[in-house]
Amino acid sequence: MEATYNYKVVRQFAIMTVVWGIVGMLVGVILSAQLIWPALTEALGPLAPYLSYGRIRPLHTNAVIFAFGGCALFATSLYIVQRTCQTRLLSDGLASFVFWGWQLVILLAAVSLPLGVTSGKEYAELEWPIDLLIAVVWVAYAILFLGTVVIRKTQHIYVANWFFGAFIITIAVLHIVNSAQLPWILGGDATSWWKSYSAYAGVHDAMVQWWYGHNAVGFFLTTAFLGMMYYFVPKQAGRPIFSYRLSIVHFWSLNFIYMWAGPHHLLYTALPDWAQSLGVVFSLMLIAPSWGGMMNGIMTLSGAWHKLRTDPILKFLITALSFYGMSTFEGPMMSVKTVNALSHYTEWTIGHVHSGALGWVAMISIGSLYYLIPRLFGREEMWSTRLINVHFWWSTIGVVLYIAALWIAGVAQGLMWRATNADGTLTYSFAQSVNAMYPFYTIRLIGGTMFFAGMLLMAYNVWKTVAAGKAVNDARIPQAVAA
Amino acid sequence: MIAGYAVPDFISDFWHYYIAALTILGILFSLWILYSQTTEKLAPGQQAEVLHPTWDGDLQELNNPLPRWWMWLFYALVAFGIIYLVLYPGMGKFAGVWNWSSADAYKQEKERVDAEFNKVFQPFLGQDIMSVAADPKAQEMGKRLYLTYCSQCHGSDAQGARGFPNLTDAQWLFGGTPDEVKASIADGRVGEMPGGLAGDEQGAKEVAHYVLALGGKPHDAALAAVGKEKYAACAGCHGEDGKGNNAAGFPNIVDDAWQYGGSEAAIIESIVKGRKGGMPAQAHLGEAKVHLLAAYVWGLGGGAKPAPVAPPAETVPTEAAPAPANQ
Repeated sequence: MEATYNYKVVRQFAIMTVVWGIVGMLVGVILSAQLIWPALTEALGPLAPYLSYGRIRPLHTNAVIFAFGGCALFATSLYIVQRTCQTRLLSDGLASFVFWGWQLVILLAAVSLPLGVTSGKEYAELEWPIDLLIAVVWVAYAILFLGTVVIRKTQHIYVANWFFGAFIITIAVLHIVNSAQLPWILGGDATSWWKSYSAYAGVHDAMVQWWYGHNAVGFFLTTAFLGMMYYFVPKQAGRPIFSYRLSIVHFWSLNFIYMWAGPHHLLYTALPDWAQSLGVVFSLMLIAPSWGGMMNGIMTLSGAWHKLRTDPILKFLITALSFYGMSTFEGPMMSVKTVNALSHYTEWTIGHVHSGALGWVAMISIGSLYYLIPRLFGREEMWSTRLINVHFWWSTIGVVLYIAALWIAGVAQGLMWRATNADGTLTYSFAQSVNAMYPFYTIRLIGGTMFFAGMLLMAYNVWKTVAAGKAVNDARIPQAVAA
Repeated sequence: MIAGYAVPDFISDFWHYYIAALTILGILFSLWILYSQTTEKLAPGQQAEVLHPTWDGDLQELNNPLPRWWMWLFYALVAFGIIYLVLYPGMGKFAGVWNWSSADAYKQEKERVDAEFNKVFQPFLGQDIMSVAADPKAQEMGKRLYLTYCSQCHGSDAQGARGFPNLTDAQWLFGGTPDEVKASIADGRVGEMPGGLAGDEQGAKEVAHYVLALGGKPHDAALAAVGKEKYAACAGCHGEDGKGNNAAGFPNIVDDAWQYGGSEAAIIESIVKGRKGGMPAQAHLGEAKVHLLAAYVWGLGGGAKPAPVAPPAETVPTEAAPAPANQ
């Protein structure tokens, strides 16, 4: 029998990326509508508590980061590692376990968060039984991915796999350290058996939380998506990577410097001054490694710039890199204490997160999926290239509306909070600053809805592509090993 | 380090060297990796070398030199970091050559602001609250302070909300004279009623109807009659007549000012579960601001006149009255 690649697990994760993208972004749209009409979900009567803002906000963040983003990363990393190592995955059984295990984690999150079951740590809200399941699935994924790299037929490890490898190892460490907690049931009380308390207290807990929180951004939402970039950009552009040297420098410096940036979430708090300073310094240094990745992606297009005019997939990929470059400049600026004094706790932060999450993470994933899905279903390309183009414009305009509205909103908030009268009293009450947000919240809702609607277009296009194709399970592994 | 605290709080000497060493290593590592990959620029017209490994059919890498502007940007950011860590705290317990600390910075800022604005607020402290309340300028300042510190609970219009008293009517939980209002603001208040004093839900319902009857409101006479006996548990605080005790903060329950609602259901809930309300003390604002706030709140319309001052002692013939017993 001829050796083939395992496309099944890639297909499963790719389809679920679209599904969870729609679910997660729909919850985001509902949340942004609740900010304009706080009583929106009250009419649901007995269901209302489960859709209250405080409960579905973590549902949104978990769904878009770990369900949508996670599935996109599993799909692409497991595809890329096979294709660039020229070997089938280490184990089909382990691949199945990773897929079903991760779907179970998502399902448990979707049930427990609306029920109000939460450990209260941002981006790590899931309670200890789910945390344990995540750890098990993640270790299985690590064995599957790294094991496949070990049994590779190629001599060198392709650059995309460096990034995926760093992401997998770091996320394991982050998740396990930050989730260290004491289950309530150990105290002998079985009534709230799922409840736990953090192993850390006070400012230590805050520091561990944001060491985790910022590196979730740094490794889950950055390093791993750079891995995606390093495969799909050169593939779609048909050009070699711009610079091997640059990839070495920015890979190592990105990993090393990101680890230190967490304290910038805790400027002007009880965190000791020295830790705050380190957060500022390393966050600023982070501009260079981040832009190194952006440059290496964008410059890969040298000699193929004309393709941007006609190829909407390339548009998605390159626009994503532009947003990546922009938000990795904005982030370090917001880490400067003077800027942070204005921006912290305002909508600006939410805008910044979404220029990264929608502009970079979602758009690089969407572009990559449009490349990947036809190949998994035995087709040359998606059912409709025109729809990809429409999707591209809806997404781009949506993100721009979203982040521009929240920039203005955030700066306005920051300025209103600090404005004082001649007698030193505050010019505006807090309620007045909330009231000033309505127009910006409305623009944000429009932008977010456009982005969400684009995902529906994508689902339709994927449906048509899949319906007219057939699952590919016989993609042959080339025997000749390219040195 | 706090004595007896299990975690060393990252300030033992070990952590100091550990953090400082890792920071220096991190920066040196970044510089080394950058330097090690620095090569000559390409000559004009020269093409970057294509490295020979190929992956997945057509994936290849060029080996362009690092973009110069990017390389210098990296060096500049590292240089900024080093200068920052020399000037400011960051390297373990080294305080930085400027000896800056956030606690000092806050203290200086606070002193500067206090020096600038205390002279605006202090003059009002010498006037009694009713005169301050009559001063339009003081009322304007009081309103700003109110919107900053009080409106979150009592509302921008000061009419309160469920659980948060209305400050514009003449019904006060802890008294409405200028001094009482000022004391409420400065020291805060706690109002607590234990739940379950009337037994089960049915008992609470009976007492609720008796309370409604006391206040002359529509009620079920039969239930109220049964509730009358059980009300004995309530009378200790709210009084036989239900008028409460203003000085002690026990609410009047026969008027229309209900803090947690005056419907049958709301009263039953209060009796069954009890209530606990608290207003945080605001003395940390300084007496001058509290004084202005008291004048503003007192002047909202519900303020009561102070009790008439007792006649001066010297007008009472001392020999006619026996000296009061020592209390």
